[in-house]
Amino acid sequence: MDIVRIATAGSVDDGKSTLIGRLLYETNSITADKLEAIEKASKRRGVDYTDLSLLTDGLIAEREQGITIDVAHIYFSTPTRKYIIADTPGHFEYTRNMITGASNAQVAIILIDARNGIVEQTHRHFYITQLLRIPYVVVCINKMDLVNYSEEQFNQIRAQFKELFEKANFKEQKLEFIPASSLYGDNISTRSAQMSWFNGPALLEFLEGIEWHTIENNLPARFPVQYVVRPKSEQWHDFRGFAGKLSSGTLAKGDVVVALPSQQESVIEDIYQFEQSLPVAESGDSVVITLKDEIDISRGDMLVKKAETPAPLKEISSMVCWLDHTPLKAGKTYLLQHGSNRVKAKVTNLFSSINVLDYQTIEGVEEIGLNEIGYISLKTAKPVNADSYAANKRNGSFILIDEGTNSTVGVGFIG
Amino acid sequence: MSANSIIPAFPRMLEDESIYIMREVAAQFERPALLFSGGKDSITLVRLAQKAFWPGKIPFPLLHVDTGHNFPETIEFRDWLVKETGAELIVRYVQDSIDAGKVKEETGKYASRNVLQTVTLLDAIEEFKFDACIGGARRDEEKARAKERIFSVRDDFGQWDPKKQRPELFEMLNGRINIGENVRVFPISNWTELDVWTYIKEEQMAIPSIYYTHKRQVIERDGMIWPYSDFLNTSEDEIPFEEIVRFRTVGDMTCTAAVASTANEIDDIIREILAAKISERGARMDDKRSEAAMEQRKKEGYF
Repeated sequence: MDIVRIATAGSVDDGKSTLIGRLLYETNSITADKLEAIEKASKRRGVDYTDLSLLTDGLIAEREQGITIDVAHIYFSTPTRKYIIADTPGHFEYTRNMITGASNAQVAIILIDARNGIVEQTHRHFYITQLLRIPYVVVCINKMDLVNYSEEQFNQIRAQFKELFEKANFKEQKLEFIPASSLYGDNISTRSAQMSWFNGPALLEFLEGIEWHTIENNLPARFPVQYVVRPKSEQWHDFRGFAGKLSSGTLAKGDVVVALPSQQESVIEDIYQFEQSLPVAESGDSVVITLKDEIDISRGDMLVKKAETPAPLKEISSMVCWLDHTPLKAGKTYLLQHGSNRVKAKVTNLFSSINVLDYQTIEGVEEIGLNEIGYISLKTAKPVNADSYAANKRNGSFILIDEGTNSTVGVGFIG
Repeated sequence: MSANSIIPAFPRMLEDESIYIMREVAAQFERPALLFSGGKDSITLVRLAQKAFWPGKIPFPLLHVDTGHNFPETIEFRDWLVKETGAELIVRYVQDSIDAGKVKEETGKYASRNVLQTVTLLDAIEEFKFDACIGGARRDEEKARAKERIFSVRDDFGQWDPKKQRPELFEMLNGRINIGENVRVFPISNWTELDVWTYIKEEQMAIPSIYYTHKRQVIERDGMIWPYSDFLNTSEDEIPFEEIVRFRTVGDMTCTAAVASTANEIDDIIREILAAKISERGARMDDKRSEAAMEQRKKEGYF
């Protein structure tokens, strides 16, 4: 069974929570007691319909203020697929939360209020889907009921959005436009009778129809070592296995591998998934690998195939998105976490920040603040075995940790 | 869905993710512990830990905060599992916290020790200097849980601050903490109740017998079936009777409702869930106290 990860972006006003509530409702993912609870809460609040948005607005502060504060994870499934939605707030620390929620997403749903068309926030949301190189974007033009299900209005918004796409960099991204009313269930799980002019699929129909193929399997193998398994028991006296989750590519028994950073070579003796021995590990598999030779490998090291070694980077140029209230400044040292590897990294240069509304770069900035995106260069204390983000998402991204507060303060996408 | 529903396959990617999280805990923390309650979620955690470190043993102890109101079947199962896996078990008792005057027993017919166990847990964390506690909470259980991170940093008092959560990007987990802080880790965050059951089926895992149908003395209260026991405060008109039931979730005997069921095989249980009209947490009195009951308890250090 496949898992599909979706990120949703838009504000409460765009009807995002209602849309998610509708997806859950129409896939029978809401149980009777939960439905009853929101019916009661709707009445208490004096609305005359069952407010499906109440399913996702979870925290006390959110209910008081009618806003979404943090990323919420919501689950629904169809007979063939399990869907995980990362629901991110539209207006409150939007960039930080949306990047967090969308970092693992295969599909992003951007909501637009049909009455308002493209607004400032739409630019930001779309920019983040581009930055993260999310393969599919569904532009859901919602509240069509409030514009008399007007085809003209839909076409106009679609044309505007396509203009945005013209200026974007990641052209392989696939866009799908769907006119919908989440309040009335138009084009959510079934096609709308109100919009016979629309020939495209309903939202769920589109999600079910996407053909997923793991492109990660075709990339070079990257195996960050998480943990060394040494049982030291009588039965497994000499066992030394390297545990990790293969972040891309495939590894097979007999493959000649190189351990980084030591550059020592060996051959894969066995691949274990618990007691079972596998001929091949695929991208995403959590396995334990044993080697024919005893070479020194510890957490933070990486196993790769001999012919596909990444260049060890000590100077990294990267785009960063800042996630913390204390801004990023040139000259400061952070801890850089790349997979299971942590190294000290100093910000050597701060080139520019990016205006997500018009894609213009602003030169000569002094710092990068919360929710801002910029270009920097870093110098690391030890080499990092990374690829570029465009070539390999998992091995091309890192987080920055502030050594003083231990918080995760930034995320980087290697250029 | 009907009783003949096809049982979906377990999404194997979830297991890879959870095993990855288990290994991150062992690598990033000095003194982790796995919070074990004897319920299906913590049994699943033990299975995942077993797989993550094989052929080595689970490199951290299981911590059971014993409320004294357990189902005897759960304790029996716990002791069997510990023997089977060779894991280390630590038990700390809510009764000791009560005797020491640290917490006060609740009164009235809804009295339970569910809230009290937080104090015993925090004391155990301090006693053993645990820096990470692995728990079986899932995001699909409840609205406040839906916003929880995989590595959830708690302060000295075990408190959760939903507004100060660390962003978690891609699969990278940051377990660095300041002195006095500790982390709650939730490896099965992305699993649903159905995922747990299909996993138990595919892995052919043993679970406590009370998950299967059995005869039991019960009372009826608020339209639900409650297991009758010495721990439950009953009023005069609540007369125990025998019923054929099973439990969908296992907590204390005072706050876990039973469902009328004849399911005696795992497939029957899964079909029941597919057809269920009431969510799992709906059978837990502890959450019904208010709309924000879970969030409040989490802020106070509950896991």
